Amino acid sequence: MRKPTHHTSNEFELELREIRGQLVAMGARCERAVQLALHAFLERDPGRMSEVLAIDTKVNADEMQLDEMAVRVLALRQPVAYDLRFVTSTLKFVTDLERISDEAVNIAERVDTIAKARLTPPVFAIPHMGELVQKMLREALDAFVEGDADRARAVLLMDDDVDEAYGATLRSTIEWMGQNPTEIPAGMCVASVAKYLERIADHATNLAENVVYLERGDDVRHRGSATSHPPPKSTKGR
Amino acid sequence: MIEDLSNGTTGPRGKLAVRGLDVFYRVEKPKKGQPGENQALKAVDLDVGVNEVLALIGPSGCGKSTFLRVLNRMNDTVPGARVAGSVTLDGEEILAPKYDVVGLRRRVGMVFQRPVAFPKSIFDNVAYGLRAHGLSEKRELEWRVQQALTRAALWDEVKDRLDANGLGLSGGQAQRLCIARALAVEPEVLLMDEPTSALDPIATAKLEELIAELREELTIVIVTHSMQQAGRVSQRTAFFYMGSLVEVGTTRDVFTRPREPRTEDYISGRFG
Repeated sequence: MRKPTHHTSNEFELELREIRGQLVAMGARCERAVQLALHAFLERDPGRMSEVLAIDTKVNADEMQLDEMAVRVLALRQPVAYDLRFVTSTLKFVTDLERISDEAVNIAERVDTIAKARLTPPVFAIPHMGELVQKMLREALDAFVEGDADRARAVLLMDDDVDEAYGATLRSTIEWMGQNPTEIPAGMCVASVAKYLERIADHATNLAENVVYLERGDDVRHRGSATSHPPPKSTKGR
Repeated sequence: MIEDLSNGTTGPRGKLAVRGLDVFYRVEKPKKGQPGENQALKAVDLDVGVNEVLALIGPSGCGKSTFLRVLNRMNDTVPGARVAGSVTLDGEEILAPKYDVVGLRRRVGMVFQRPVAFPKSIFDNVAYGLRAHGLSEKRELEWRVQQALTRAALWDEVKDRLDANGLGLSGGQAQRLCIARALAVEPEVLLMDEPTSALDPIATAKLEELIAELREELTIVIVTHSMQQAGRVSQRTAFFYMGSLVEVGTTRDVFTRPREPRTEDYISGRFG
């Protein structure tokens, strides 16, 4: 790959770098929110709830600021090529990241119920799902930072494993609730958390698809819709 | 739609076909060791399709205006200019020495960067080319002038003052007057060299709207320094750099995912 070149306009260059920097920070916050919420759930520790909520508040602010920055660049700079893909991808990245943070809050909100349950239900494949989901999120964000479409494509393949673990957890939880009909609320907590993790995996998949589009210009959403256009040789500055 | 001209330089429905085009300009008083000629275009292959708008982009001095001028042999008027290669219009070689250049310029009209209204009436400005081509019958002239002004989206603004001096028109109107003058002789191809660079945004928008309408009847090649304009008006875009054609493709592809790093650098303002 060629050495990245800079915009003739320093101001434009700075604006794009500012968006990139804040996007990376927002991604790191989401990773942290998921990690905290999952840890709280597995350890039955409601004390981390406030931390997750504080991160979510910041992520919401990130979303609005990044939206505004991206729209401003679209309006004032009329970006094209890589820059255009970067700015339009930003608008999608922030939506998925914000929802990931919301799902982390959802997970944290289930901790209280499960902590107070008379009979604690097993968590089945949730630790495994949690690892997979966090790996998908980390890899998608790293692929973005590195500008690595191949790394992003690898994330797409991991979603099936999460879906499989989700199905297994759901079946086991339903079976457990059948055996413990007085503990339906606690059982539902496990089923819900599995669902939230499965949704986070979907959002991480969206992030990865967006990285492929950003770097290659190929739309790989909804599998098999990739075009035959050869990948552009990006020369953007980072 | 110009589907069959998607990415390549050639297309089965080509109006103009350019092959191996080299253009040289003589250097006046070359310094010691300096060649006597500058090569402005280097082995350019590029087709222009029927009813398409092809935008030519690139930094100043890249050869895009030279390319445009070759298409109706305007370079013939440049002392010391030398053109090699092949340019065909509907399959006919226009660079042939005996080719009817006057007839070529009727078929391939040109609109320049700065609108130049003649110090004549609006009517006479538009009728100028028709008279030069030997048309003198009054009613025919009136009909052709009205048609040309209508097609150039200027008729409604000037129909009550056709005798007024063309120099009194605004910049946008004067540019449309020049387009009407070019259209009056019913060309098949219209070459536009930065036609909106001297116009305000409203006049620019009107002219771009006009280009979209004219495309239904004409083939248009437009040189522009505005990336946004190229994006708005053209179906294909060709990027020139230092006399070479670097990339040509659908405008959508060139502006969203160009194949060549030099194209990406230029259109995204990373040219240093």
